[in-house]
Amino acid sequence: MQTGPVDNEIINKVLQGDQAQYAQLVKRYQNFVFTIVLRYTPNREDAEEIAQDVFVKAYRSLADFRGESKFSTWLYTIVTTTCITFLRKKKVPIQSLDTEQVFEVADSQNSDFKANQVEQKSKLQVINEALRLLSIDDARIITLFYQAEQSLEEIGRILGIEPNTAKVKLHRARQRLKEKMEKHFSEAVKDMVG
Amino acid sequence: MNKPENIEERLWDYIDGAGSAEERLFVEQLIASNAAWKARYQELLELQDLLSHRLELDEPSMRFTQNIMEAISKHHIAPAAKTYINKRIIWSIAGFFLCCIIGFLIAGLAQVHWTGGSTTDNSLVNLNKINLDKVDTSKFFNNTYTTIFMMVNVVLGLVALDMYLRGRKRRAIGNGQ
Repeated sequence: MQTGPVDNEIINKVLQGDQAQYAQLVKRYQNFVFTIVLRYTPNREDAEEIAQDVFVKAYRSLADFRGESKFSTWLYTIVTTTCITFLRKKKVPIQSLDTEQVFEVADSQNSDFKANQVEQKSKLQVINEALRLLSIDDARIITLFYQAEQSLEEIGRILGIEPNTAKVKLHRARQRLKEKMEKHFSEAVKDMVG
Repeated sequence: MNKPENIEERLWDYIDGAGSAEERLFVEQLIASNAAWKARYQELLELQDLLSHRLELDEPSMRFTQNIMEAISKHHIAPAAKTYINKRIIWSIAGFFLCCIIGFLIAGLAQVHWTGGSTTDNSLVNLNKINLDKVDTSKFFNNTYTTIFMMVNVVLGLVALDMYLRGRKRRAIGNGQ
């Protein structure tokens, strides 16, 4: 996944005053950060603003990165706190795990899916749509594990939870994702399997 | 044991490579011998494949990097927190609390009626003659403010211990232990 100089080398150069090197880190992680942010807010403009804010905050705090974890883990911790602050400012309720209401709301939002539209969906679209139907907690943990390639220990560190709790949350999130896919995209899923 | 949720949980552990070698071997045998387990395993494996290989990352606008570089040109890297957090101040605060606790203990113990009225000897307190059963500690422990203060200190102590232990655990994880 990572080519070119390792993160710590770039960070050292930036800390020594070579600001331009920071662009390499931005390019390397911008898609990951942007994707995680999109799990918190579906609005792309907001997501881009938050993602920019994340990189600026990371730059300003770069001296505090001690290299005890991966740079990506440290960066995603900033993503999480920045997103939560953003949602609080916007007074968007931060949906928590195990809230049935979350799924009811998600289901109602998805009521306009029509069977013929579903059939035409590609595998990628199906999984992305199903992810959008999940709660923030569920979508976030799946994104961190599969897309951002963070281990359970690292996810625990990012979300401030124990690795075992992260494991349970991931398990539940996958279960719910599977349920969503079966419930809303059963035809498309059959096509995929077939 | 063989509830659908349990099967899924164990299969996910198997797919993720988690769990002990014994457990993995056991699940492997179940997949090979049990049709229900095999079917569920195939199902989860397909989902795993979708999540691992087919999910694509969203991309921000073309100007994203440029915008950030322009934004950070107006900022400086803040000095590391450890350089401006003066440990002397932290130790001074800790010392203050410690002195308070010791002070309260001394003040409280000084108020305790050590002789407990049981002896007719009015001379200096003879430690050998102290009967601990008759020591009157009511003046010390009946003081509401002292109790509250001690409780707050105990809670703060527990919070500090919790933070210390969590920090150690995180460092251990960070070092790959």
